[in-house]
Amino acid sequence: MTAYTATVTVRLKRGVLDPEAETTRHSLERLGFEVSDLRMADRFEIDLDAADEAEAREEAEEMAERLLANPTIHDYTVDVADR
Amino acid sequence: MTVAVVRFGGSNCDRDAVRALSEIGVDAEIVWHEDGLPADVSGVLLPGGFSYGDYLRAGAMAARTPIMADVRDAAAEGVPVLGVCNGAQIGAEGGLAPGAFTTNRSAKFQCEHAHLRVENADTRWTAAYEAGEVIDLPIAHGEGRFEIADDELAALDDEDRILFRYCEADGSITDAANVNGSKGNVAGVLGPDEHVAVMMPHPERASLPDIGPTDGQGVLDGFA
Repeated sequence: MTAYTATVTVRLKRGVLDPEAETTRHSLERLGFEVSDLRMADRFEIDLDAADEAEAREEAEEMAERLLANPTIHDYTVDVADR
Repeated sequence: MTVAVVRFGGSNCDRDAVRALSEIGVDAEIVWHEDGLPADVSGVLLPGGFSYGDYLRAGAMAARTPIMADVRDAAAEGVPVLGVCNGAQIGAEGGLAPGAFTTNRSAKFQCEHAHLRVENADTRWTAAYEAGEVIDLPIAHGEGRFEIADDELAALDDEDRILFRYCEADGSITDAANVNGSKGNVAGVLGPDEHVAVMMPHPERASLPDIGPTDGQGVLDGFA
């Protein structure tokens, strides 16, 4: 078994309204920044052991499918690195 | 035969639900989620609250507790299931109902009254009303904005699975009346079958004559 860190990034699908991101963008503009658009995402850094990188990725993808993301509103990406 | 009101850590409308059901003569009791669903329940109510502190997404954790497998099994056998507020979020996260409930358009927690137009009065949850009737129920949520793909919303509409829409006092469907920015002004929907429903507004908070209007009793009649 090898030690990996799987990073799962969950973000709203394009086109789904994100009121928190919009509020954050407004605040940046109030501070004088010019912002065309702003997107927010949740990042999960998951330390796990797996036989190889493919298995670690598969495990992290299943975590995203079953809990970390809601497929109705979210897309997600998975990156795996040695730990 | 008793309606099970499922209590999770953080549920806070469970006692209100039992009291509102008893007001209309429906026997109900609180069931702690770790105890599992009793075998002979006549219905299941998933109450409002903040289960698991709304961590990750409202309802996400509770939807994946073992008792929810029992609830899905009961629903598959025809037992009526109603999710209210956090219960609606749990139901949508748990696959009992379509779509998702996410952050209000205002990005704020909103506690206010909302007008709802009854879209389909031909269900156990709405049989007490007329189609097109406007009722007044309280809302209290930060993540109540109904989201769903456009084609899935159209399919729900075609299948008459939309129970309530946020509306003006005269029943017109406007963006201004859409309290939380829900897709299609949707406030409540049916699951795949008519005996499973979820809704963000609180019928149990408008069911006791001593404290105000009782527009919500008709929804709870679905358990009678």
